[in-house]
Amino acid sequence: MKLLKDCKPSETVVVKKITGAGATKRRIMDMGITKGVEIHIRKVAPLGDPIELNIRGYELSLRKQDAQMIEVE
Amino acid sequence: MEIKIALAGNPNSGKTTLFNNLTGSRQRVGNWPGVTVEKKEGSLKGTNDVTIQDLPGIYSLSPYSLEEVVSRNYLVNEKPDAILNIVDGTNIERNLYLTTQLLELQIPVVVAVNMIDLVERNGDMIDLNRLAQELGCPVMAISALKGKGTKEVAAKAVEVAKKHQVALIPDIYDKTVVSALSKIQSELQTHIDDSMARWYSVKVFERDERIDEFLKLTDDKKSKIELLIKKVEEALDDDAESIITSQRYDYIGTIVQHAVKKKGSKHELSVSDKIDKIVTNRILALPIFILVMYVVYTIAMGGTSISIGTIGTDWANDVLFGDIVPNFFDGILTSLHVNGVLYGLIMDGIVGGVGAVLGFVPQILVLFLLLSIMEDVGYMSRVAFIMDRIFRRFGLSGKSFIPMLVATGCGVPGIMASRTIEQDRDRKMTIMTTGFIPCGAKMPIIGLFAGAVFGGSSLVATSAFVIGIAAVIISGIILKKFKSFAGEPAPFVMELPAYHLPSAGNVLRATWERGWSFIKRAGTVILLSSIILWFLQGFGFTNGQFGMVEDNNTSLLADIGNAIALIFAPLGWVGDMAWKATVATFTGLIAKEEVVNTFGVLYNFSEVSEEGNEIWTLIAQDFTPIAAYSFMIFNLLCAPCFAAMGAIRREMNNTKWTLAAIGYMCLFAYVSALIVYQLVGLAIGEVAFNFWTIVALALLIGVIYLLFRPGYKPKSEALDLKGMQTAK
Ligand SMILES: Nc1nc2c(ncn2[C@@H]2O[C@H](COP(=O)(O)OP(=O)(O)OP(=O)(O)O)[C@@H](O)[C@H]2O)c(=O)[nH]1
Ligand SMILES: [Mg+2]
Repeated sequence: MKLLKDCKPSETVVVKKITGAGATKRRIMDMGITKGVEIHIRKVAPLGDPIELNIRGYELSLRKQDAQMIEVE
Repeated sequence: MEIKIALAGNPNSGKTTLFNNLTGSRQRVGNWPGVTVEKKEGSLKGTNDVTIQDLPGIYSLSPYSLEEVVSRNYLVNEKPDAILNIVDGTNIERNLYLTTQLLELQIPVVVAVNMIDLVERNGDMIDLNRLAQELGCPVMAISALKGKGTKEVAAKAVEVAKKHQVALIPDIYDKTVVSALSKIQSELQTHIDDSMARWYSVKVFERDERIDEFLKLTDDKKSKIELLIKKVEEALDDDAESIITSQRYDYIGTIVQHAVKKKGSKHELSVSDKIDKIVTNRILALPIFILVMYVVYTIAMGGTSISIGTIGTDWANDVLFGDIVPNFFDGILTSLHVNGVLYGLIMDGIVGGVGAVLGFVPQILVLFLLLSIMEDVGYMSRVAFIMDRIFRRFGLSGKSFIPMLVATGCGVPGIMASRTIEQDRDRKMTIMTTGFIPCGAKMPIIGLFAGAVFGGSSLVATSAFVIGIAAVIISGIILKKFKSFAGEPAPFVMELPAYHLPSAGNVLRATWERGWSFIKRAGTVILLSSIILWFLQGFGFTNGQFGMVEDNNTSLLADIGNAIALIFAPLGWVGDMAWKATVATFTGLIAKEEVVNTFGVLYNFSEVSEEGNEIWTLIAQDFTPIAAYSFMIFNLLCAPCFAAMGAIRREMNNTKWTLAAIGYMCLFAYVSALIVYQLVGLAIGEVAFNFWTIVALALLIGVIYLLFRPGYKPKSEALDLKGMQTAK
């Protein structure tokens, strides 16, 4: 199973499932990362973390640690 | 009839711009998501019974962030007559997510699709009628920046408020959820007002803790409801909160499909994306960042021919407050033949004291101007993006960089800027450590000792910055291990807004607001403190008689200083300078600029330049280099000025935390100065081995222990992780 954290820049993936619970998960979902949405990985920050995503037409940055909660395909 | 309209919307959607446009009032406007946390009210232009309330920028009405809780408490408890929901037209999908939640509150809503100028320029089409039809509320297009359609949308909001024209509840959820919601609704019937039924049943379905506290359902009802939720969760194979969120977004997806036509393909790079490709490029990002900071600093605070800030400040100090203003007052006072005491009070106390502070205004304005441009352009959130990795290590977040950066200018706006940090813990930590950064007002202290004792070496100023940053890092590592701070840093889920040209209005307004708060401080706190200080050092008891003193070694100030100086003896504040150093430290609490001033006064100079060149030889006689350095360290790190303490109080919003923050800073400063004075002093042979050497050693070991000890691990975190593993 593939996690968002392991995706490479300029890949486009679809969200399958979001694991975890609590504030972080809710926040991620509130920002529009829900089941079935398409995510385009824009880039990784110069120091290797966080990553920048294009989702629902805007740019979002997310730490790898939090991106670990997102399963994609 | 008084009408209240709440302005609600995502961060960066243009609420503040619209608020300013509608009320004409001033407020900070920036491109940094989440700038406004406090509530701001204003009267709608041309009316006197319509109040507009600017709410914090929020993405959702979830119970997890301070801004969201503040907004929803306001909306639910104070029930404005209408909500003006501002929606960023260039990012409509995510913006409408909040709209779906607002509609459930059953308060009249008008949706304002903002940035329509950009939408049109991009060649996108938004079918407003279709949107209105789907959402069941009026939808209008505006450009807050250009002032297009703003009057009309406000008029519409007033109209729906007067008519109490509530939107139909949109058809968001699927059958399973809807039937569960209506069952929950009937369970809640006796607890809530009918009009809020949908909102509360959704919240109860989501298992929102705060609602639970509020409703106080019986255990019987709770378990009944829990059963309902469980059944839906099983049927849809997801947790309740996710079900609601997903279905909201799915609903928006279909609306947007019908009503919005985007030109160009999905992943086509816009101009902003192309800029971003370079600016946050893996290799170029850091050099560009350093270059930007360097340019900002050179222009605001450097010593070159393009350093407008410094040139302005030099002029203000040497000409305006060194010449023009004193001569002006001198002329008036002399012609009025006022008596000596009053003359002294005005010239030395007020003009001298306040002038010294106002001299900083040019530097501060230039610094704030440049920072405001960075904010408005959209570079600030990139800074957080680039810096996050580093700051996280110390229990802070990438967003902590901005407060720290601003604090190099002035700690007050720096501490105020910590509001943009969402997670409570990160914010508290940032507030506690931001004061360690040497602010503009501490520069003269550094300049004084660098010039007087260290032969003008620029190493002193550099080391001051290193100490400040080290204090932040060490504190971050130590504090994050304490129970009250433990756990991983907050989720760093941050929007990176598109770059755009700065708007002159926004930038100037933001600059002025920040500069003005600094000037106000000079006019109030510092004015008062200058007067008190002048009195304390000019009056005292001579031979049991109270009166003006010639020799300020016998002043009230000297008495106070002498009484307290003992505490600082271990830091090497001994001999003639002990009471002077103590007094200067205390006046430094009033404002750090006062430290140099105080030394000037205490060495019997009525007025000294910013870095106190006049007293350099006297200081050099009284301070050994290591004592001077210990004094500098203590003053750089100890409690900040009263204005900054006020800002800490405001941001912490809690007396215990405020005291903890200030106490921590003083303790940290004392320990650092003690260790440096005793141990470095011993090493270079300036301080003999004594009792305090042992104390300093013990403290050093203590600090090292605190740095490397394993931190407190919260139990719930461990549970969370386990949950995640089994889920995999
Ligand atoms: N082109 C264009 N830009 C706009 C418009 N309205 C606002 N902006 C810009 O969008 C940015 C954000 O505006 P703000 O008014 O600070 O947004 P806000 O919603 O108050 O943001 P927070 O306080 O961070 O929640 C600013 O740089 C504005 O200049 C508009 O109608 N057109
Ligand atoms: Mg705002």
